[in-house]
Amino acid sequence: MAFYVVQFLTGLASAASLFLVASGLSIIFGVTRIVNFAHGAFYMIGAYIAFTLTERFSGAFGFWGGVVVAALAVALIGVLVEMVLLRRIYHAPELFQLLGTFGLTLMVEDLVVLIWGPDDLVGRRAPGFKGAVDFFGQNIPSYDLFLIVLGPVVLGILWLLFQRTRWGVLVRAATQDRDMVAALGVNQKWLFTSVFAVGVFLAALGGALQIPRDAVHHAMDLRIIVEVFVVVVIGGLGSIVGAFVAAVLVSELNAFGILIFPKISIILVFLVMAVVLIVRPWGLFGKPEAAARKTPGLTVNPWRPLTSNERLAALAALVVAAMLPLFAGNYALTVGSEIAIFVIFAVSLHFLMSVGGLASFGHAAYFGLGAYGVAFLAKMAGLPMIVCLLLGPLLGCMGAAVFGFFAVQLSGVYFAMLTLAFAQIVWSIAFQWVGVTGGDNGILGIWPEKWAASPSHFYWLALGVAALVTIALRIAVFSPFGYALRATRDSVLRSEAVGINAKRIQWTAFVIAGTTAGIGGALFAYLKGSVFPDNLGISLSVDALVMVLLGGVETVSGAVIGAIVYKALNIWLVSQTDLSKLVLGGFIVLIVVVFPKGIVGMLEILAQRRRKSSPPGSSLLAKPIESAE
Amino acid sequence: MRARNCFVGAAFALLAVSMAQSAVAQDIKIGEINSYSLLPSFTEPYRKGWQLAVEEINAAGGINGKKLVVVSKDDGGKPADAQTAANELVSSEGVAMLTGTFLSNIGLAVSDFANQKKVFFLAAEPLTDAVTWAKGNKYTFRLRPSNYMQAAMLVEAASKLPAKRWATIAPNYEYGQSAVAVFKKLMSEKRPDIQWVDEQWPPQGKIDAGPVVQAVAAANPEAILNVTFGPDLVKLVREGNTRGLFKGREVVSFLTGEPEYLDPLKDETPDGWIVTGYPWYSIKTPEHDAFLKAYQAKYNDYPRLGSIVGYQTIKAAAAILTKAGSTDTDKMIAAAEGLSMPSPFGEITFRKIDHQSTLGAFVGKTAQKDGKGVMVDSSYKKGADYLPSDAEVEKLRPKD
Repeated sequence: MAFYVVQFLTGLASAASLFLVASGLSIIFGVTRIVNFAHGAFYMIGAYIAFTLTERFSGAFGFWGGVVVAALAVALIGVLVEMVLLRRIYHAPELFQLLGTFGLTLMVEDLVVLIWGPDDLVGRRAPGFKGAVDFFGQNIPSYDLFLIVLGPVVLGILWLLFQRTRWGVLVRAATQDRDMVAALGVNQKWLFTSVFAVGVFLAALGGALQIPRDAVHHAMDLRIIVEVFVVVVIGGLGSIVGAFVAAVLVSELNAFGILIFPKISIILVFLVMAVVLIVRPWGLFGKPEAAARKTPGLTVNPWRPLTSNERLAALAALVVAAMLPLFAGNYALTVGSEIAIFVIFAVSLHFLMSVGGLASFGHAAYFGLGAYGVAFLAKMAGLPMIVCLLLGPLLGCMGAAVFGFFAVQLSGVYFAMLTLAFAQIVWSIAFQWVGVTGGDNGILGIWPEKWAASPSHFYWLALGVAALVTIALRIAVFSPFGYALRATRDSVLRSEAVGINAKRIQWTAFVIAGTTAGIGGALFAYLKGSVFPDNLGISLSVDALVMVLLGGVETVSGAVIGAIVYKALNIWLVSQTDLSKLVLGGFIVLIVVVFPKGIVGMLEILAQRRRKSSPPGSSLLAKPIESAE
Repeated sequence: MRARNCFVGAAFALLAVSMAQSAVAQDIKIGEINSYSLLPSFTEPYRKGWQLAVEEINAAGGINGKKLVVVSKDDGGKPADAQTAANELVSSEGVAMLTGTFLSNIGLAVSDFANQKKVFFLAAEPLTDAVTWAKGNKYTFRLRPSNYMQAAMLVEAASKLPAKRWATIAPNYEYGQSAVAVFKKLMSEKRPDIQWVDEQWPPQGKIDAGPVVQAVAAANPEAILNVTFGPDLVKLVREGNTRGLFKGREVVSFLTGEPEYLDPLKDETPDGWIVTGYPWYSIKTPEHDAFLKAYQAKYNDYPRLGSIVGYQTIKAAAAILTKAGSTDTDKMIAAAEGLSMPSPFGEITFRKIDHQSTLGAFVGKTAQKDGKGVMVDSSYKKGADYLPSDAEVEKLRPKD
């Protein structure tokens, strides 16, 4: 009996650490709607700074002072980030802020290694909480008891802050309806900044308080960020109490789950989230999101098919790309194939995100399923390559059909998180089912047959498929189905009023996007000759999001450019510099600030301005003349 | 408009990449791939190690008079990116052979690439047995003692313990799974009387140490096998110390004696764990002294195990190239099979039968000295003594 009590308390201690970080994220998201990918980075910096301070100043005052000062310092950094970076992009399309915070995270990962060195750092134990308390023969670390008390205390303070202060009232009001708060004359700028500071403070405090338990190292951020998101979503976005309950739920299920299924930890949080979201689409304590007041015609330029001139230009570009094997070497061609495959992947997500308004955080699942489909067919059934390429994506299609059915019942961030949960479930199956999938050692030896083996042939294959897929999806966008899908994106109520079955349309779009991603995955398996659980992983899903956002989410085919720029830059930087994450992150942040509508989105605006400012016809003429001089 | 920009841009980007570098005819280039950005605590000393080796080789006249150049790439911890890097090294840098890698799945991915493209690959670190056995191929050699070898070394010491009730804690991925499986198999062969009372599989890098420690303690084992390392190990040790898990229990632990993992523990270092590792401070052989002196003179820092791995990988590559007298893959394979060479740990040989080197490891016990973790009572175990019989190896390895 004593054992179960102690296990319960241990779970509570884990929950408290999780809650501290999650509460900050929840507040930030609730008010600013920013999916703050950098929350884990702030957590990590908090731990690093606290490590330095507590090493320098010993004693109880040094330790606790160090922890608090570290959290305050990071909060200050947070304020700086909010004012310099995020303020510029609040009005960018939804989720664009994710791109900016993702860039920051990349930079921080390299920066901490530059500043604090590559070794894992182990800080001091907390003065006064070094030992354990005996509980009927079981030891409970006294620091755990401290955390168990701290969790509810922080919850209480936050509750008082939100319920009893004017600032709290404003924050709650903004969480419910920020346009209305703005209309009532509240200075949103400072409200957002202060909220961001509080959120970051909590993240950094959470990180600093890990010092007595954990090692400080450069991958702490990724270890916590996804888990924290899950906790926030299970609890219901913007609900602090929800985040607390969810943290306790997840931690306790883990603490007792491992007694029966020792391998459960790897997937537990995602299973819980999937179940909770299917049963309660807005999390445990969340409320249905108020319909956003979107201005009709959010995209300034109405989408239109390419004019015949533009079609010719695109065709010419394709011909130029197809001529690459005439002058490029094998490596360039293989990189070209990889980029073409990622164009397919990005375009498929773009179809779901831009046309359907459904941002998936787990799109890699269908990419990876396509790859595994090929691997199974080629290795187990021994089918020829062309058959594998045709049938492999069906696994992605089936996955999308099953998961999509549940996912489209939700919307917004809840939709995104449910797709993430499904992707993680698929990933963990691939990871754990060693007998079939080979586990993390993957499936090897899936090389193309002779007719496609040479880099140039494979490049033409990948390029051809990428072109076909892009064209097919463009046709779909301007088909009646595409119009219906856009209708469900722009207004669910109105589209239903004109007789569109929104869920079915969205489900179909999900399956199309999943299958297309599967096609990319199938080619990827042959390009690399192997398949790993990585191909279904979170980082690949994030890559896809970044490509779409970089290209411009409000464009028709921006993802093509986004994929090319991101992938080419990524491969080139990793090959050229040891600080590839720092440079890539910096580049992304720069793009976010300079091109708040994405690269293509910005180009379109520039082109339109030009058309307006100069008399018709002259803009076309102006360019050759300028360049002739 | 949009499409044109993109494709022209791509074409230029690719052209630039393809023209970036062309090999200088007089140098011999080796390609090296590792998870530099993901695992800096291992790869930074590793990089220093191979840089030292390159310097020594070129100072001694290079490879048959030609200068050795190592082109190094980061794989970011992803198999797919490792293959991109391998492809660049082979196709565009024109390297004679590939070396490096840390993670098992990346080692396997590059080994499969080598097999497909008929390139020589010298795997440095990946521990999975599959690299030389189940998924071995004629192009792939491996330097470090495999999972099996390290397990066998630990079992030798562990089977002498009186403990009968054993629990295991291992990260939930291939390395942890196969380490536990081999250890259990070898242990049960030697000691049919022992029982396996609990197993814990925390996710790699995400251990929730409190509940794991509690759960293991509840099973009341007499001895524990640990396979976690890095930050997970730190958390496990801290929780275990506070909760008294290790009190009165024997612990056998993979890799814990390596400075990369032992040094961060400082005054939390547990006493008397039986571990594999690298006690650089207590190895007194002329070969190691020479290495240690050169390393400390160059970097003003002490070596980690990564330093040894990096150093010896490039030394081995150079030895193979020198003997082959050519960068032809088949000639290098012929030269490498059965090739013996000196190393800081004494002479090692790349076995002909499975391309595994006989580099060994140190087994000893952990202890605290002046608030720092050290390995004591350590002895070097030669790799050759801990490999299964040739007949068994032949069964494990597919025919070329």
